[in-house]
Amino acid sequence: MCGTCGCSDKNLVHIHHNHQHDHEHSHEHSHEHHHEHSHHHGNGHHHPKKQEKTVKLQESVLQKNEVFAQQNRAFFRDKGLLVLNLVSSPGSGKTSLLERTAFEVQEKLSCGVVVGDLETDNDAQRLQQKGIPTIQITTGTLCHLEADIVLQAAQQLDLDSLDVLIVENVGNLVCPASYDLGENLRVVMLSTTEGEDKPLKYPTMFKSADVVLLNKVDIAEVVGFDRDKALMNIQKMNPQATIFEVSAKTGEGMQGWYDYLVKYGVS
Amino acid sequence: MHEVSIMEQTLDIALAKAQEQNASQIKRLKMSIGAMSGVVPEALEFAFDVVTQDTMAEGATLEIEMIPVKCYCPSCQEEFNPSDFFYECPQCKQIVYQTLAGREIELTELELTTLEVA
Repeated sequence: MCGTCGCSDKNLVHIHHNHQHDHEHSHEHSHEHHHEHSHHHGNGHHHPKKQEKTVKLQESVLQKNEVFAQQNRAFFRDKGLLVLNLVSSPGSGKTSLLERTAFEVQEKLSCGVVVGDLETDNDAQRLQQKGIPTIQITTGTLCHLEADIVLQAAQQLDLDSLDVLIVENVGNLVCPASYDLGENLRVVMLSTTEGEDKPLKYPTMFKSADVVLLNKVDIAEVVGFDRDKALMNIQKMNPQATIFEVSAKTGEGMQGWYDYLVKYGVS
Repeated sequence: MHEVSIMEQTLDIALAKAQEQNASQIKRLKMSIGAMSGVVPEALEFAFDVVTQDTMAEGATLEIEMIPVKCYCPSCQEEFNPSDFFYECPQCKQIVYQTLAGREIELTELELTTLEVA
């Protein structure tokens, strides 16, 4: 348990606007006070009787997010956008993958990015320098993106000029698994430096993947990565997932991934 | 690690229901947590004590029912509980992806103290 994380404070979430710099934050603090005052009886009134009661429910706790996610899905569909939710551990190479992908497919698909990080807009700056329309969300302490925040951020982009919107989630293979963002495809990435047993350690996330990208294949040998075992683990964990073995750095294996995107993005 | 957030949302739902019922206190909450929900029950319990402070659920008990994963094999047309994270059908050994249960994060029961005018 991440006791220090307290990853619930949505007040700290901030969408970075590209051309304006207002930094107004509002923080509301409410304090509830409960006071009980006793008084003497004898003037003929009755207190309500206390009763115990059990209420049966079937409430999905994440329903609020699920409703937003459905709304996002409809909104993105009307805009004709293919939306990807890209998740991985920190440092797997999400931003590098996006840089290369957006550049290589630009003749066929126009890509925009919403990127989530706890702090800094470094990733957005990196992507913007490559000419990729990008909005940064800094989440403060929130360890995942939620559907409503993603929509607010996405609307800062000129969505009508885009074919693909890629949401680069906060680097984390646990929490983002529970939050549908209204994406069409969930892309889970792992890199060879993380070890071939990663899918076994994060079953919920890997089971939710439509696509698994195995990145940094160019250094697989150096880091002693067992490719066959990794592929078997992914396939056994999620027999439906489409797997691409790539190097976002050298471009190795990337063509299959581009073709896949173009197939989904143009249709 | 998102259990604090999950617990806050659970409490929001519980408080709204309690208010609907004119309750003065929430004494017990029961949740169903799927084995593959990505939620750690111990972390939920920790979060529960923190988020219920100064609310009508302060001091309430949290009961967590773990829901095992249940799969469906389309070839055998049978339901089964997988023995590990690989959802292998015990009959045909095929790995399936369809689950019928095991991803729940639900609030299922509330025990309330209500005030009813005598």
